[in-house]
Amino acid sequence: MFSRWDIRITPYLLIAPFFLVFGVFGLFPLLYTAWVSLHDWQLADGNQGFVGFDNYAALLADPLFYNALFNTVSLFLISTVPQLLAALGLAALLDRSLKAKTLWRAGILLPNVVSVVAVALVFTQIFDRDFGMVNWLLGLVGVDRIDWQAGVFSSHVAVSAMVMWRWTGYNALLYLAAMQSVPREQYEAAELDGASRWRAFWSITVPSIRPTILYTVVVSTIAGLQLFVEPALFDPKGTAGVGGSDRQYQTLTMYLYEKGFRVFDAGYASAIAWMLFVVVLVFALANFMVTRRSVRDS
Amino acid sequence: MFVYGGLAAILLASVFPLYWSFVVASKDNSALGEATPPLVPGGNLFANIARVFDTVDFWAAVQNSLIVAGSVTVSNVLLSSLAGFAFARLRFRGRNTLFLVVVGTAMVPTQLGVIPLYLMMAELDWYGQLQAVIFPALVSALGVFLMRQACEEAVPPELVEAARMDGCSVLSTFWHVGLPAIRPQAAVLAMLTFMTAWNDFFWPLIVLDPNDSPTVQVAVSTLASGHFTDYALMLAGTSIGVLPVIALFLLLARQVVGGIMQGAVKG
Repeated sequence: MFSRWDIRITPYLLIAPFFLVFGVFGLFPLLYTAWVSLHDWQLADGNQGFVGFDNYAALLADPLFYNALFNTVSLFLISTVPQLLAALGLAALLDRSLKAKTLWRAGILLPNVVSVVAVALVFTQIFDRDFGMVNWLLGLVGVDRIDWQAGVFSSHVAVSAMVMWRWTGYNALLYLAAMQSVPREQYEAAELDGASRWRAFWSITVPSIRPTILYTVVVSTIAGLQLFVEPALFDPKGTAGVGGSDRQYQTLTMYLYEKGFRVFDAGYASAIAWMLFVVVLVFALANFMVTRRSVRDS
Repeated sequence: MFVYGGLAAILLASVFPLYWSFVVASKDNSALGEATPPLVPGGNLFANIARVFDTVDFWAAVQNSLIVAGSVTVSNVLLSSLAGFAFARLRFRGRNTLFLVVVGTAMVPTQLGVIPLYLMMAELDWYGQLQAVIFPALVSALGVFLMRQACEEAVPPELVEAARMDGCSVLSTFWHVGLPAIRPQAAVLAMLTFMTAWNDFFWPLIVLDPNDSPTVQVAVSTLASGHFTDYALMLAGTSIGVLPVIALFLLLARQVVGGIMQGAVKG
């Protein structure tokens, strides 16, 4: 009797904790965000009544929202596109018989095991106007000091540098893992046909690792559009920052944080969250389609 | 030769910011103003670290981070192994669909639910308490995915069958046949989980009290606030904050690389 029950029920009990934790602390809050966004809801004082789509109407008329949206998309493009291409190149470099394999692989993964707080703080120093390494190097070739935080583009470049440093090696390892399962005979055949290395890379390697490329594109899109820590800490005034004097690098997640946990307007912040959710969804789908189209199937 | 040169350059770029953080941490702030940036460590490391401990309650932060990362690691490894074992070696209705759901959840941007999550924690009176950070991380999709893969590879189905014939319950089969076989992969998951939990920042920043119960990352980030940026102090804090993770990583680099590459090869 017990053993029948055991065989039938226990498997569900073993997987239940995951669904419970995800449901309670992941899915439910996400869905509940939509409900909160339809209310005048203050973080400390609670629900002040149903207001319909007022928060969204206010948001769509809020120039700071568009500013944050622009910054989010811009930072995403500058950091993700070059990063994934660099990761692809790096993986190709690693996908051959090398000495000291583990050294190279661990070396490129190192930036990813360091906390994002540490990355943001170190790079803030490196991009410092007066004492930073980058400006010193630029000075060697005669370029004047740049106040990296001050400009829209320059601040986006600096923040993107952090993201790239942190994630290129990680993504390269994912690509490398996929590349290693490409049968070597395919390359030999291509070589016999007189195809160049470059040609073989684009017509054999890249199509073969298409699922992994699609996966990294989607995951990087989802994570990249929610960027928070790097720009939030790229600021001498620390976490209280709103992304520069003119909010030139305030992302949507930073704006959500500001509205929710500095101004304590939970309703408005939830509206931002839900809009960002839509943005993430649209971009993830669009990038998935574009990548699927442009990377040929094997 | 060209390949090794390129790789060496990339390796240098990977390591340099960390080395640089250590250099700045070991300097007097005035040394940074010199015309040429100092590339060799100075003698102020311990003085700066002492200042970190004077500025924030760093011991408390380390303790909090150890409690959080430790409990999350134990729980994630155990719960993920159980689920992974079930998905790989037990037969039940809806198994494949449910596993796909697990994999799919990894793509849900749960960070966007942060407002209701905060309200929930406030309701529970968990604001400023470590369990508010621990509970949402008790088990992860990546963990379940990796442990399922580990069971597929390392747990022989015949042994599971034999244990059942002998009258072992599902749980004791897991305990005596499953878990011993996947110990190496479980160690990798433990390591990845520990690093993720130790490095987590967004949610601890929101739900913990920076002045009362911060984790290491939250404490380090407060070193950067204030009107005057004290780089030596800030990066001294950063350096000691990353040290445990780097030490762990250097110790188990091969396994961590393997773990991440395994996570990539999916169906």
